[in-house]
Amino acid sequence: MSMLPTSKSASRREIEAPHSLVVHFGADRPLPLDAGSLLAPLTIAYQTYGTLNSDKTNAILVCHALTGDQHVANQHPVTGKPGWWQVMVGPGRPIDTDRYFVISSNVVGGCMGTTGPASVNPATGRAYGLDLPVITIHDMVRAQAMLIDHLGIDSLFAVIGGSMGGMQVLQWAASYPERVFAAMPIATAAKHSSQNIAFHEVGRQAIMADPDWCKGRYLDEGLHPTKGLAVARMAAHITYLSDEALQRKFGRKLQARAAPTFTFDADFQVENYLRYQGMSFVDRFDANSYLYVTRACDYFDLAADYEGSLALAFKGTKTRFCVVSFNSDWLYPTSASRAIVHALNAGGASVSFVDIETDRGHDAFLLDVPEFIATSRGFLDAAARARGLPPPAAVVAEPALVVK
Amino acid sequence: MTDDAASLARARVDKTRIDLVLVANMVEQNSRVLDVGCGDGALLRLLMEERGVDARGIELSQRGVNDCVAKGLSVVQGDADTDLANYPDDAFDYVILSQTLQATRQPRKVLENMLRIGRHAIVSFPNFGHWRIRAQVAFQGRMPITPNLRSSWYETPNIHFCTIRDFIALAAEIDARIERGVALDRFGLPLKRTAPWFWNLFGEQGVFRLTRKG
Repeated sequence: MSMLPTSKSASRREIEAPHSLVVHFGADRPLPLDAGSLLAPLTIAYQTYGTLNSDKTNAILVCHALTGDQHVANQHPVTGKPGWWQVMVGPGRPIDTDRYFVISSNVVGGCMGTTGPASVNPATGRAYGLDLPVITIHDMVRAQAMLIDHLGIDSLFAVIGGSMGGMQVLQWAASYPERVFAAMPIATAAKHSSQNIAFHEVGRQAIMADPDWCKGRYLDEGLHPTKGLAVARMAAHITYLSDEALQRKFGRKLQARAAPTFTFDADFQVENYLRYQGMSFVDRFDANSYLYVTRACDYFDLAADYEGSLALAFKGTKTRFCVVSFNSDWLYPTSASRAIVHALNAGGASVSFVDIETDRGHDAFLLDVPEFIATSRGFLDAAARARGLPPPAAVVAEPALVVK
Repeated sequence: MTDDAASLARARVDKTRIDLVLVANMVEQNSRVLDVGCGDGALLRLLMEERGVDARGIELSQRGVNDCVAKGLSVVQGDADTDLANYPDDAFDYVILSQTLQATRQPRKVLENMLRIGRHAIVSFPNFGHWRIRAQVAFQGRMPITPNLRSSWYETPNIHFCTIRDFIALAAEIDARIERGVALDRFGLPLKRTAPWFWNLFGEQGVFRLTRKG
């Protein structure tokens, strides 16, 4: 028998003893939640890349999406795969770890080391399960602010994230305008639409319909509702891709067979692909955590805290914004980004807005889309100049290299 | 070398766009500017580099927007006809519309919005009263095609042409005061004579700075 831990035990291990930096906040530093209660103790698991400069002016917070985590630019400790945003974060990348100090933390309610439903509830000695209060995007951001305080950073050079990460970016900019020099909300929305909520509800119902869910107490029973969680992932995964991309990738192609089998096997490649996506997801993600993070998105409506006016959320802000959408993203469509841009304009903010043409759907923000990379680089370089950060070392050294 | 030519050379602006330098010279140092229809961002760059302006842009074409943002300019994808309404009153010192007025669906509304958002509006536009255009219509009986206006009538984006006199009349109608005005010849150089009839006949382009009356 192999001595290597199985994926399942590896993902359990990340909840209790993550391969990350961690900071613990005790009962003296509770996290106030929108649900009305206080969360304590609180553990935040995070990763950093690059070096904080002496003025502490070069820190970038990267906010992860629904099922992402803090492993932005390093090998994932459970899956062994590269970090989820290595196209954007690293030496010489737009989020250049040679220039910037990059921080990314697992969200509250997550399952990669930050306090979530799979963490031990000190009151009972068992996993929280559904005893954890419902978490909101604002709660996630408050916790991140506690981490940033802990790191001794007053003002972040930039807060950047896509999808649910983009919601956190918007919340940061609204709640802590003086602490955010530049903000990049990508492929996101200032509120969850009815359709967004509907898709999330399908996922949650799939999990809760799995008998192994045990009303949320599956960890006590040594179970995991993998079937329900896999279906939730399959349904969600469809929303991350465009119709064209699915068509281009799979069309009606059959999976390793010449003709349909007239059964309910995965005859089509697209079925096989989705099953694989579902099955590999359950090895690394906690089912209850999926309920919490999807709920956090559903409750997100930034304008609601500002008399229903998104413009008021950003009124008088000095933060420089770069809003990015992808034209084939039907989960958080271009119109949702445009609504953010209109509010920022109305609030008098400095804003850039690009809609990137691609057929890769919502997931485009995770992929190597050259125009997106160039946009990000241009925006961050200009913001760095405005912030007085030194140019990349390669540019400084360039004249010496031009020798005839 | 004239001042204009010098700043043009410094800013590496396309030499055919001397009108950009004229527009830039109508803008105070360190002011806040919105360039509507900013294209590839040449004017925004000129304003930032030469006049220390806090410059923002709106551009209809996604290609133009992406180029601008990749260059570090603050530009949003948008439409002069629909998106100016989202900006608050007095958000800018200057709102600039260069070579775009004639392509808007509602030029009057666009101009009114510009003067609401900005303390000043700067507009440059091709003069449809130029003698060469008049001559083409009068003697050939065809819609004019000139080096400045190359599109045929059926494919032109320019749907609301006006003459310099028409523009001056519109400014009066919307209670705008003309602070500065200049007509440019076919080489983009300012005409020496300033009589309105002369401008209207010999100016290929008009460049005007307006402000609200009172």
